[in-house]
Amino acid sequence: MNTDEIRQALIDALAEIAPEGDFVALKADRPVREQLDIDSYDFLRWMIALNERLGVEIPEADYPKLTTLNGAIDYLAAAASTSKR
Amino acid sequence: MYEFRMPLLGADMESGLLVEWLIQSGQKVKRGDIVAVVETEKGAVDVEIWESGVVDTLLVPPGTEVPVGGIMATLRAEGEAAAVPTEAVSAAPSIAPAAPAPPPRVPAAAPDPAAAAAHYKVSPAARRRAEQLGVDLSGVTPSGPERVVSLADVERAAQGATAPAPPIPDKQEAMRQAIATAMAKSKREIPHYYLGSSIDITRAIDWLAEENRKRSIKDRVLLAAVLLRAVVLALRDVPELNGLWVDKRFQHSDAVHLAVGIALRGGGLIAPAIRDAQLKAVPELMASLSDLIRRARGGGLRSSELTDATVTVTNLGEQGVETVYGVIYPPQVALVGFGRVSERPWVVDGAVLARKVIYATLSADHRASVGHRGALFLAGLERLLQEPEKLA
Repeated sequence: MNTDEIRQALIDALAEIAPEGDFVALKADRPVREQLDIDSYDFLRWMIALNERLGVEIPEADYPKLTTLNGAIDYLAAAASTSKR
Repeated sequence: MYEFRMPLLGADMESGLLVEWLIQSGQKVKRGDIVAVVETEKGAVDVEIWESGVVDTLLVPPGTEVPVGGIMATLRAEGEAAAVPTEAVSAAPSIAPAAPAPPPRVPAAAPDPAAAAAHYKVSPAARRRAEQLGVDLSGVTPSGPERVVSLADVERAAQGATAPAPPIPDKQEAMRQAIATAMAKSKREIPHYYLGSSIDITRAIDWLAEENRKRSIKDRVLLAAVLLRAVVLALRDVPELNGLWVDKRFQHSDAVHLAVGIALRGGGLIAPAIRDAQLKAVPELMASLSDLIRRARGGGLRSSELTDATVTVTNLGEQGVETVYGVIYPPQVALVGFGRVSERPWVVDGAVLARKVIYATLSADHRASVGHRGALFLAGLERLLQEPEKLA
């Protein structure tokens, strides 16, 4: 999966959780939770959706790495490349 | 003959729109069966019946706005003679809405590119109506602030409306009015007292992190579920905080029907209850909480979840506030609040350490309990949260 596909998967999953969000204007380098009205329950749902879409299980300790969209893309790209071995 | 009436699905409710009957004359029903779908300002609710028997007459056609307490149907005991046939209403819904759709007051906004992807949820009532009317849901745009396709949206689409959807403020305004009524009533009638306490919650958080490490992502538990468990256990020692104030006296409840304040997307608030929370361990409370949030935001709450709450918990820590002193939902007598978890310098065994601290509050009805008892509740809560492994 390339970064564009990862980015789309992230946004699609987020759009199901926060359907009113403006994903065109979403800044990739600022925390997602500052830009969208997402609580810890929503964030957990996002992690579960990513697990279902991308097969990546994200430990709680790694949540801080997924604060921004860019952070999430980098994390998932790295996770995907390590699992390919 | 038992009269089935429009239930009060929230302290703020004055009337509800009967969307659909799920029963018909002559059908046997038992206590707890869902018999109708009612639309309120907070969404569609599946309404249960509290008597068993045989449906006699459906008195109100779908599409009717019925005031709370208004009679909707009659039920007879098995073996009882049927009522003299009056103009019984068939279960098939009528198409005409209760009031004509208001003309749009603002021009349509430029299409939202993200919206074009159509990630819209559809309320259960809307889905059923769309099937009946043959409306293609992918072409329906929700007009409400929740961005959930509602019954009104489907009926408008069925009428072949090419006009833009009515402006969003209508539904938001109705929700605001409903909350305003409930909160004003609470402050008018309930003599509130308020207590608060900082609680070192480091052990509970560390214990939870350890538990979650062992679990798959789908089974992860949020701190909220641990807090709810502690509240349920602490209420055992101060029962005058769990129950209802009715007819000038307190009615204690053995069961804890724990309502949780849930923010609705777009700015509303609803507090449905986890029924019999006292029977659920932390993982079950988490599953119930997840399920409740999903249905509060997407449709499918049951009437008993809106009428039976015996106490409420509100958790605004997500938004960053340290302390919340909430407004009690009548006829309940208490509301427990939690603020955010913050790292603080704290004295532990004579040394200053960095600890995770949360501020817990109690708003309580002074007719049902005194401050001393409220204080015992918060002290109990604090004690319970120091031994999280015993909460499980």
